[in-house]
Amino acid sequence: MSETAMDRAARTTPPRMARKIRGLSDRAIAWIFVAPTIFLLLAINIFPLIWTIRLSFTDFRANRPNAEVSWVGLRNYERILNDPEIWQTMQATAHFLFWTLSFQVLIGFALAWLINAKFRGNNFWTTVIVLPMMLSPAVVGNFWTFLYQPQIGLFNYVVAFFSGTDPTSFSMIAEVALAPWAIVIVDTWMWTPFVMLICLAGLRSIPESIYEAAECDRASKWRQFWTITVPMVLPFLMLAVLFRGIENFKMFDLVVQLTGGGPGSTTELTSINLKREAFEKWRTGYASAYAVILFVTVFGLASIYVKAMNKVKER
Amino acid sequence: MTEFFNGLLRLRRGPWEMLASILIAIGVVMLMQPYVLWAFSHSFTVTLAGTVLFLIVSHFPE
Repeated sequence: MSETAMDRAARTTPPRMARKIRGLSDRAIAWIFVAPTIFLLLAINIFPLIWTIRLSFTDFRANRPNAEVSWVGLRNYERILNDPEIWQTMQATAHFLFWTLSFQVLIGFALAWLINAKFRGNNFWTTVIVLPMMLSPAVVGNFWTFLYQPQIGLFNYVVAFFSGTDPTSFSMIAEVALAPWAIVIVDTWMWTPFVMLICLAGLRSIPESIYEAAECDRASKWRQFWTITVPMVLPFLMLAVLFRGIENFKMFDLVVQLTGGGPGSTTELTSINLKREAFEKWRTGYASAYAVILFVTVFGLASIYVKAMNKVKER
Repeated sequence: MTEFFNGLLRLRRGPWEMLASILIAIGVVMLMQPYVLWAFSHSFTVTLAGTVLFLIVSHFPE
């Protein structure tokens, strides 16, 4: 009989260790394997979370570690939730989230639909479309600032070509009305391929036989799309929206590189504002309360979203 | 509707999760809406209540 990998591992285990392990139950051995991961999870995720919650009730400042820290109760939460500036950043985040998710879902699904149709150069175009996703957000932010330049920017010239306006008459990142759209365009450009890839996986998982059965029943293409394609791709699409929603709620690097939160605080998203409070104004306790509010919001939203996704999968 | 209220009374997971989800959704809308500062101020309380409720009721029987 040939020796298996398990036999080889058993033979090479030192006798002392083998004797020790032989006395352990399967459950104990399972715990030995899982324990390092649980320990890391506790140290890296759970402990900082509990520490942040604790700090949110104090006036601790990280730049004054030796200063006396006093317990302020719910004062930090009260101040944040009555601050019109923070309310404004929440609105900027809502605008960014709503439009990026809408555009990414619509364009991503349309692209996946097109790519799924077999044509020459299919793989080449898939690679080309996926390229923006592979770039660093800092790089993307940097070169889009050049594309948005009123004097030399390609974007302005393309808009001018189609609309007949003067390319130097508007600046995407310097005008209050246009800056929120500038960040939406860049994020959509960068992350639509991600949604497209997930939708493509969904489209390719639909068995051809279902469409054939629909053809036999004389279902029109339109009906096939709404009763076969959309319901079967929906769980994938919802997963993509969950990932992008959480990511965009925390969006920081791309927007900082593009607009730095400006003009004024028009594009100052919550994560940028939070960073300013924590590491520029050094109000650590206040920033911790802010982080807790954002955490609870994302956690609550993700919970109901996962529940909805499971329901769709069960159908 | 009667089924929903019966489920609430008999502590069933489905209707309670629905209630918690509605609370969370209202809280998030209150947090991000641009109209009333009062709603923004109370948004966290509503979201937190919904989230805690969701965590508790997800352990209820089906």
